[in-house]
Amino acid sequence: MAMFVLALVVLVGWKLFQGSQLTLHKFGWRFLVQSDWDPVNENYGALPFIFGTFVSSIIGVLIALPLSVGTAIYLTELAPNWLRQPVMMLIEMLAAIPSVILGLWGIFVMVPWLRDWPFPFLKKTLGFTPFFQGPIYGVSILAAGIIIAIMILPIITSVSREILRSVPDSQREAAYALGATRWEVTRIAVLSYAKRGIFGATMLGLGRALGETMAVTMVIGNRPEIAKSLFAPGYTLASAIANEFSEATTEVYLSAIFELGLVLLLVTIVTNIVAQLLIGNFGVGKRVPAGH
Amino acid sequence: MQVSKHHHHWRKLKSGCVSIVCFACALAVIAPLGLVLFHLVRLGAGSVDWHFFTALPKPVGEVGGGMANAIVGTLTLLGLAALLGVPVGVLGGIYLSEYGSRRFNWLVRFMADILNGTPSIVWGVVVYALLVIPMKGFSVYAGAVALGFMMIPLILRTTEEMLTLVPNSYREAAYALGIARWKIILHIVVKIASKGIVTGVLLALARVAGETAPLLFTAFGNRFWNHDLKEPIAALPLQIFTYAISPYEDWHRQAWAGALVLILMVLALNIGVRFLTRGKFSARG
Amino acid sequence: MTLNSIPLSRLAGQATGIEASSVTPSPVAFDVRDLNIWFGSHQVLFDVALQVPARAVTAIIGPSGCGKSTLLRSLNRMHDLVPSARMEGRITLFGEDLYSKKIDPTLVRRRIGMVFQKSNPFPTMSIAENVTVGLRLNGLRKSDLLQERLETSLRMAALWDEVKDRLNAPAISLSGGQQQRLCIARALAVQPEVLLMDEPASALDPIATAHIEDLILDLKKEFTIVIVTHNMQQAARISEHTAFFYLGKLVEFDTTTKIFTTPAQKQTEDYVTGRFG
Repeated sequence: MAMFVLALVVLVGWKLFQGSQLTLHKFGWRFLVQSDWDPVNENYGALPFIFGTFVSSIIGVLIALPLSVGTAIYLTELAPNWLRQPVMMLIEMLAAIPSVILGLWGIFVMVPWLRDWPFPFLKKTLGFTPFFQGPIYGVSILAAGIIIAIMILPIITSVSREILRSVPDSQREAAYALGATRWEVTRIAVLSYAKRGIFGATMLGLGRALGETMAVTMVIGNRPEIAKSLFAPGYTLASAIANEFSEATTEVYLSAIFELGLVLLLVTIVTNIVAQLLIGNFGVGKRVPAGH
Repeated sequence: MQVSKHHHHWRKLKSGCVSIVCFACALAVIAPLGLVLFHLVRLGAGSVDWHFFTALPKPVGEVGGGMANAIVGTLTLLGLAALLGVPVGVLGGIYLSEYGSRRFNWLVRFMADILNGTPSIVWGVVVYALLVIPMKGFSVYAGAVALGFMMIPLILRTTEEMLTLVPNSYREAAYALGIARWKIILHIVVKIASKGIVTGVLLALARVAGETAPLLFTAFGNRFWNHDLKEPIAALPLQIFTYAISPYEDWHRQAWAGALVLILMVLALNIGVRFLTRGKFSARG
Repeated sequence: MTLNSIPLSRLAGQATGIEASSVTPSPVAFDVRDLNIWFGSHQVLFDVALQVPARAVTAIIGPSGCGKSTLLRSLNRMHDLVPSARMEGRITLFGEDLYSKKIDPTLVRRRIGMVFQKSNPFPTMSIAENVTVGLRLNGLRKSDLLQERLETSLRMAALWDEVKDRLNAPAISLSGGQQQRLCIARALAVQPEVLLMDEPASALDPIATAHIEDLILDLKKEFTIVIVTHNMQQAARISEHTAFFYLGKLVEFDTTTKIFTTPAQKQTEDYVTGRFG
């Protein structure tokens, strides 16, 4: 049965590879760097999707990381004991919300609100940079980034919390004994010790972000172009697969979509491996039963 | 000491500010949960009625109709997915915890973690290639296999974790009684960890119950009742997605209602599990 | 299948009719020769040779980390379960090589009961289920026989009177001392020839300890008992023979009286008189 897991990994890789044979041969590496996605003329380049995937994910991580680490610090170092468990439970409930429901909320609640308030404000204040220019549709790479941030907050928070909890109390006590304030203890003894692990938690969140499909598909606007402005619609690897799979009528088209899947898989695998290597040393997951 | 007194106040102040910032972060993290639940209830509750659970979807233009077929579809898919995911996941987890060489187990664990990180849409594509193309059509089987594949690494890891939480002294006591190894594992170790294993299974079910992406081109969706496992079938998340991106007001209402029902299902599973784990071997010590 | 056969120890005992004592040599239960044990590259036992007399209590004493538990666990092949453990040497029980390739370690362990430092009744089972689990999982199904063994074992463990009215209560509802006696009953139920005890009373209060010690004195009429203890008074109270270990080596093995009054080795004397470390 354990072999099944290995077989599954091979199966996933092999099926995607097999499915994308056609475009692999036809376009080679050009597939990755070409920005033209034109099913009518059978010309496929994945660059807009790769661009959209990374930009939206990085926005997501940039928003989620400080909030998550702040929350993790609050939960391990500051919050009163009775509050820790309930807050953690709420965060786990947030993680349990299905992607499609978050997407639904995204199109009907979040995007209209963003369009009416925060986006015009950003345009007014930061409009001199190329990132906040152009027409505001609401659906955009930035909206996708925010949805992604919501989706990866729980994972970064809970892994960071585990990491912070694994910092031995003796470290904290040593800093307190030097007369440090609470924040200084956290900064000197806890954060410096946990830096690596938090970076790993971030990578884990990034891995999730890259593969996020439904919610992103519903708010990103699904337009395969590379725009400088974050207000512009974009497209990601995952949402392209979700949207265009059923339209893929020719073999080359289907093969191109398989290759998008292959690219997505490879990118997430690399991210996850890096994350595992970074987190691995902290013994997260090797917890002792309660009462010991 | 006198000199640093002012400095000390400043440090205190800084520490207090950081505490407030961290508290605000925690609020910001929880806020989306509250907002989503609030809107789900506000926009969905009105459309959840008797018809919603008993009727089929109405064609565009006609008001009313329900998602009975999608609810049954989701339950069917989950049941079949569990038939694949639970035995493989649990037995694999037992193997990892109780047998196997260190190096092989490390490899399996690593691979399982990679599978857990694999985007759900990828599972859809893989099962499309594996089943939909050879069977020449979307089917219940394909949808269930996609969800089942997703469950395997999830269940495998929690099962393994729960089994490693069982203190070794119980295994030793059983060995000292001259009981064969497989009997010890099955009748003693697994039994002690059973609560945790069931928890893992339920959490995995809750997780895949809300999945849409792997079903898009495997189960595909169906406006009517499914009578044949080789035919496409409706599922709650799929239906929500289809309705949400449609241009019709009435369908949007249905999407909110469907979302409310789905989230209640998922949260009920999640919270139910929490009560189950109040025992000795909880997942979060 | 060996469940119903008569244990060798009893045959041996009956044949010679000799009671273990400090004066007359008794038949040998365990015969340990040139035993060396490593965990990874770390050697824990060095050239241990020891003859454990049958139907008597043999105590193993020594400071913590001296290898006494390691020796005990080698007697019922518990080290087989530790991948990094490696053993050299020979251990026989009534002349039979315990580590012979032809012997199934499961059968070895069935002949040799073991009681652990921390009581470990199976938490998911009732009192009765705990006692009979060894029999049931080894294929005994007859309920009247199970019932009979249940009562005998609990009586032998001096627990019957305390639990006879609540045999189906969860085992973890018992007190610490009762749990330990339950574990003894569980070990006795499979009718072993030998009982190994790894500091069975170290986690108990003085009254519960006294219970266990009385029990051991009772049980030695029928069983060969090897007990690891770091409580020297306990060793003196209950054992006929005592082995003193230090840093993985057997320093001295003799009658308990001799070890505690006129030990041959300086190290032994220092230890039993409390002048150690």
